Amino acid sequence: MYKSFLYKINTLLKIQYSNMLEYRAEIALWAISGIIPFFMLNIWTNNGLNESINLSNTMLSRYFISAFFVRQFSVVWVVFTFEEDALLGRISPYLIQPLHPFFRYFSQHIAEQVTRFPFALLIAVVFFIFNPDSFWIPNIKTIIISGLAIFLSFLIQFLMQSIIATFCFWTEKASSIEKLLFIPTLFLSGLLAPVESFPEFVKSWIYFTPFPYLIDFPANLLSSNPSNISSGIFIQIFWVILFFCIFAKTWKSGTKKFTAMGL
Amino acid sequence: MNIKKYFQIYNLFNYTSFAIEMEYKINILIDFITAIFGLIGSIFLLSIFFDNSRLIGGWSFEQALIIQGIYTILNGVTNTWFSPNLTEIVKYIREGTLDFVLIKPVDSQFWVSFKRISPSGLIEILIGLLVLTYCININDIELTISLIFLLTTTLICSISILYSLWFLISTTTIWFVKTWNATEVLRSFLYVGRFPLNSFSFSLRIFFSTVIPITFITTIPSELILGIAPIWKIILEIIVSLTFISISRKFWKYALRFYSSASS
Repeated sequence: MYKSFLYKINTLLKIQYSNMLEYRAEIALWAISGIIPFFMLNIWTNNGLNESINLSNTMLSRYFISAFFVRQFSVVWVVFTFEEDALLGRISPYLIQPLHPFFRYFSQHIAEQVTRFPFALLIAVVFFIFNPDSFWIPNIKTIIISGLAIFLSFLIQFLMQSIIATFCFWTEKASSIEKLLFIPTLFLSGLLAPVESFPEFVKSWIYFTPFPYLIDFPANLLSSNPSNISSGIFIQIFWVILFFCIFAKTWKSGTKKFTAMGL
Repeated sequence: MNIKKYFQIYNLFNYTSFAIEMEYKINILIDFITAIFGLIGSIFLLSIFFDNSRLIGGWSFEQALIIQGIYTILNGVTNTWFSPNLTEIVKYIREGTLDFVLIKPVDSQFWVSFKRISPSGLIEILIGLLVLTYCININDIELTISLIFLLTTTLICSISILYSLWFLISTTTIWFVKTWNATEVLRSFLYVGRFPLNSFSFSLRIFFSTVIPITFITTIPSELILGIAPIWKIILEIIVSLTFISISRKFWKYALRFYSSASS
């Protein structure tokens, strides 16, 4: 049972990886489109805005390059693929296969991340050529822990988007809901400004939402800025479990609503 | 070229696009909320910056809001006319349906650029205009006929530059087939247009006024409103926009020579 499951996952990963390699130019472009944190860093340091939040230029640069990395490996687009598959009727054959369709999407994302890794590394090298002062190599322990945090962040976002994707069963077009959800993800996750710099009235409630755990927390871990490791990871796991339960529910009632399309 | 015929065709385009969009009415509502939240988010970000410093790149918070207004209007224009069409070009080329466009007795660039319209962007334009009116109020700017005339001119130039940028990238699809993400790269660069150009370091400023002319897109109209744009900048913007438009036209004609259908 488990052996055949692992075999399926392994095959899926291999297929998706060769599929992604086919489109490596596209993935390279996608990696480049994630450089907004660097522009933000430029505004921060060029105007000396970081003096009041007690972060040196070096630490801030490391924060933003880490934020870039976290974003690179937690980008999720499952809702867009699912919507297309649902509208074109490709979902129907997936549904009768003895494997949950979302494993297919999940392996797609993992394969894409593997393909993306060298490009992200290349962009980081270019970044360090322009900012040699901020160069550092995190130690193994940091890399492992922040890798875990990045993966959990990816899982949270993947599950959140999967929940939205299941709305396709009701509304057919769910990607606009995703665009709405992307706004708080963009502004509250710490991609454009570290959560540390947010005004007090936002900081008082933001940690009750999943957003700071998407970019800010893993980026702080990776750049060795102060952060509470165990509680952060714990809260991330909490969100993963919560969203997984919601996803399982919406998926179950959604598939009952399912009407095949475009066949 | 028969102008009247083109107007008729354009009306038909709008009619069919609205019919398509009306299929998903809730989506328009969600897009509306998204546009408002997007604006709130970027004002929030701006307020974080100004929390730490009174002036950024020589701009005060009230002045920087003007740029937000202009950006929102232009983003609305992009979402209404450019992105729905130009992402469609990718589809035409991948599926080979560009053949049907090319054999029609209508200019192909006109067809691929204006086929679709997405009404949700119109709401963004409206929000942007509201923000701009508010900014003109709080900055005590007197609206004269000449200001309105110049502002309209520069905005039209900005829109032409934006269009050309989008169109140039989409045209490369003829060689690379899949350029979905190239438009994403452009989008992320254009994001910089939300901030005063002077707040960036010198090298980035050079980059954003030459390679990707974001200065010309949002900064000059905003400076014009504040009355700090010298006349040569406005003339330069007109020249740049004309150059971009003619390059995009020539590039499309050139690229079509390499188009070799697909599938069928």
